[in-house]
Amino acid sequence: MAFIPHTSADVESMLATIGVSSIEQLFDEIPASLRVKSLDGVPVALNEMQIGRLMSERARADGHPLCFIGAGAYEHHIPAAVWAVTTRGEFYSAYTPYQAEASQGTLQLIYEYQTMMASLTGMEVSNASLYDGASAVAEASLMAVRANRKSKSLRILVPRTVNPQYRRVAVATAGNQGLRFEDVPFATDGGVISLDALKKFEGEDITALVIQQPNFFGQLEDVDALTDWAHAHGIFVIASVNPTSLALLKPPGEWGTTGKGADIVVGEGQPLGVPLSSGGPYFGFMTTRMEYVRQMPGRIVGRTVDLSGREGFTLTLQAREQHIRRAKATSNICTNQGLLVTAATIYMSVMGPVGLERTAAASHARAQELVSALTAVKGVRRAFAGPFFHEAVVLFDRPVAPILASLASRGILGGLDLSELYPELGYAVLVCATETKTTSDIQSYVTALGEASAAVRAA
Amino acid sequence: MSNVPPDLRYTKTHEWVRTLQDGTVEIGITDHAQHALGDLVFVEVPESGRTVALGEPCAVVESVKAASDVYSPVAGVVAAGNPALAAEPEALNNDPYGKGWLMRLQPTKGAATAELMSAADYQKLLQTEGA
Amino acid sequence: MRAQEKVIFEYSHPGRGATDQWPQEVPPSATADLPQHLKRGKRPLLPEVSELEAVRHFTRLSQLNFSIDTHFYPLGSCTMKYNPKACNQYAMLPEFLGRHPLAPETHGQGFLACMYELQEMLKEVTGMQAVALSPMAGAHGEFAGVAMIRAYHRSRGDLARNEIIVPEAAHGTNPATATMCGCVVREIPVNEEGDIELDALKAVVGPNTAGIMLTNPSTLGVFERRIEEVARIVHSAGGLLYYDGANLNAILGKVRPGDMGFDVIHMNLHKTFSTPHGGGGPGAGAVGVSARLRPFLPTPIVGVEEGNRYRWLTEKDLPQSIGRLSGFMGNAGVLLRAYIYMRMLGREGMSQVGEFATLNANYLLTRLKQAGFDAAYPSRRASHEFIVTLKRQARELDVTTMDFAKRLLDHGFHAPTTYFPLLVPECLLIEPTETESKDVLDQFVTAMTQILAEAQQEPERVTSAPHTMPVRRLDDVRAAKQLDLRWKPTA
Repeated sequence: MAFIPHTSADVESMLATIGVSSIEQLFDEIPASLRVKSLDGVPVALNEMQIGRLMSERARADGHPLCFIGAGAYEHHIPAAVWAVTTRGEFYSAYTPYQAEASQGTLQLIYEYQTMMASLTGMEVSNASLYDGASAVAEASLMAVRANRKSKSLRILVPRTVNPQYRRVAVATAGNQGLRFEDVPFATDGGVISLDALKKFEGEDITALVIQQPNFFGQLEDVDALTDWAHAHGIFVIASVNPTSLALLKPPGEWGTTGKGADIVVGEGQPLGVPLSSGGPYFGFMTTRMEYVRQMPGRIVGRTVDLSGREGFTLTLQAREQHIRRAKATSNICTNQGLLVTAATIYMSVMGPVGLERTAAASHARAQELVSALTAVKGVRRAFAGPFFHEAVVLFDRPVAPILASLASRGILGGLDLSELYPELGYAVLVCATETKTTSDIQSYVTALGEASAAVRAA
Repeated sequence: MSNVPPDLRYTKTHEWVRTLQDGTVEIGITDHAQHALGDLVFVEVPESGRTVALGEPCAVVESVKAASDVYSPVAGVVAAGNPALAAEPEALNNDPYGKGWLMRLQPTKGAATAELMSAADYQKLLQTEGA
Repeated sequence: MRAQEKVIFEYSHPGRGATDQWPQEVPPSATADLPQHLKRGKRPLLPEVSELEAVRHFTRLSQLNFSIDTHFYPLGSCTMKYNPKACNQYAMLPEFLGRHPLAPETHGQGFLACMYELQEMLKEVTGMQAVALSPMAGAHGEFAGVAMIRAYHRSRGDLARNEIIVPEAAHGTNPATATMCGCVVREIPVNEEGDIELDALKAVVGPNTAGIMLTNPSTLGVFERRIEEVARIVHSAGGLLYYDGANLNAILGKVRPGDMGFDVIHMNLHKTFSTPHGGGGPGAGAVGVSARLRPFLPTPIVGVEEGNRYRWLTEKDLPQSIGRLSGFMGNAGVLLRAYIYMRMLGREGMSQVGEFATLNANYLLTRLKQAGFDAAYPSRRASHEFIVTLKRQARELDVTTMDFAKRLLDHGFHAPTTYFPLLVPECLLIEPTETESKDVLDQFVTAMTQILAEAQQEPERVTSAPHTMPVRRLDDVRAAKQLDLRWKPTA
């Protein structure tokens, strides 16, 4: 029996204690008409050896192509120590730290994580994480509505340079509470938010503006000008940022020229020690200023003292959360991505500030090398001018899908086809390279591209 | 047994109301309410000049175990929120009818108010709630 | 348990680091294109420690925790069962770990096969017609469920339906979710036997009823015996039934929510299907629906075409979908673990879960009653969990449930769920799960008996517990008033 330890002697003894003659009798309160007859749709049990073999076969079938896709999930080297320690049973199988005395390991780790994220983003306080980067934008929008007392409109500006899936998730999550997410177009030469396009919102009641840095195209936005503009018009700034890039780029807490910085910062934490894993589990981070801490959703850990005056850690500000405020909660969120936060905290500790900076710089260098190599190929050019970080949009001179398919058959995932998300860009691909790619890898891509193009032309 | 001063009036939702000399009303939460919440860690009061409607939530009192809205028993304009509670929320626990006042309102002339009961009736309410 | 551990920043020394992990330095010219006004000035505050120092620090932190691997966790409604190591090992095969979410389907048939089969198995055990895997936690699945109910009514032009009925014993996420979906909450009472007050239900349903959110067995640990009648009342009024799957472990393989009349359910894969709790996440809140709600499922879901080729079904295939709830497709790694677990249980294993979870709960309930504890619903069978109330002890001995919970830690047991449901004063909600042996249950009864005796003879030991943990009781008031939420360097 899978993971059930009882012997028949155990069962007999327990039934006798209870005073029933069979386990079935314990279900006698349930109407007979409701009882399951059979579960034929579930296959018979596999033992561990058999399931191990099946999973290995399936993994082998998926293989390990060379991946040049970014678009919100980034391949970085993860030191072995990160998951060796994270999968220790005491972290892996621990519960939410509600009984603080039995959870000081998890609680202290989260406190350390909060410290690191606040500093990385240039803000004053962090929560213990949210589900992922996409839902974090939704939560930040809801938070902006609560915190921006001057605005009543519930209108959130989401430029088209923000990850389109983030916008979809925000609409699906917060649309039912009356929030409206509005487009802002991008300037076609630079692939960044157009300040001109923002002008039409001046004088209107807007609650928040989302600024993604680097943006979905990998381009760098003029965050100071955008932040100043938003604040001048009473609009909250929600920054959605890549954490690795923050080792090189100015953190949102320092955006703008008035000393105020972004109001709420969110992002996808996956690049910090979390494997690609087909899209999850990841974690979303959220940081803000102390004046808004009570509006922040999710769990927060605080340091305090115990009855003997000894230092200890505990969940705090829980009165905001669902289990106390019920219908008035700031959100219904009940979880934080504990295991991923553990991995990220260990990753940031092992890499340290220098390691993270080197990773960012190497990724930047490899991406530039990739773009140079690709644009040296006939028929391939950059879509946008201006600086980019670790990914960029390149344009082909013919439809992208057959080329990418042909590359894939040669073991190379060349990038993300943008023709559905941004048809106005034409034959566009979002390509990415991180520190995990070598010059030789990039050369393989170029060679395969030559073969793929020839194959497509011949077809 | 909680404290229920005889000269004030009370709402079903455990607020108290005191009419001041200058015609404004002073509002807070009762001894019973502060006891139920426990040690307060945070109190948010409305800013002066804000217009509040009858029954509108206009303040928040937060303890470790609960966060509660406070509903305005009258319609009017906020003359002042108690500035001391930001630094010292426990003043509300210690002196709910005195130093722990939450806000003062200029009531709108002729506007309806919530059902305000006498101290005796409020005592009866507490007894039926098993306090 | 071991003594405390310093905060990691206190081990930092400038210049120290895990240098083998650092990529090669790139020349300054490589980053020269970054505009100066966009560059970071000061380095972030991250630890500067060696790899061994980091490993040692976090290993020592882990040793300050309770966990299923080390302790019994009879937490009601949490289903803290063993997390099989095989689930972790095979979910972490390098090809699964290394796969980009946007990799083409040609390079994901193995992964997609697991996801498709998981959808199918979840359908079968819950009696629903379609399943989506993307919600990332139970509360997230709840949100999807209520959003689908709302979308269904709106699609039929029935715009007045915005009320969600919730029993007063419900988990706090239920009313919070209803509010997040723009609905109004109507609470109804339960009777002394733990069943819903049918008269109250009849009085509250009507043309504004969008639906009712229920757990069955309920949060009181008992089976809602007249569930078919409840379903009839709500359906006749035009509302839908939502099933909170938190207590699915009690009935797995024995009863199916679809057969009880539920239109939409969420499942907590981190409870019933044994994916790790991880110190607070990640969970996975898969949702299952009846046929009429299928068009509204959150995307993406896995479909299969001729020749057993799997592909993602998106907004194009499901134009009425409530939309995307996750940046990609949900917590894929968690879903793989649930898949592996379900394959190892197999058809027979499903009902064994329900049977032995119920056996363990009833055994523990009987033994605790014999030891002098009061069950909240003494005439009812336990489901996979039950409630003990310490109201009497609180009155007679001035010892509370909180005190019992803290003293249990000294005995090496994580406390059961305390003070939930709010309806029962001074309660312990106890769920042993099926993976615990009779020995462990007996040891727990012994500990509870000892604490009870101690409460009578030496109450101070109980009210000031715990005594043997890394910390004693913590000052929560101070934590909320003097907010210390990040470490700051002192100099």
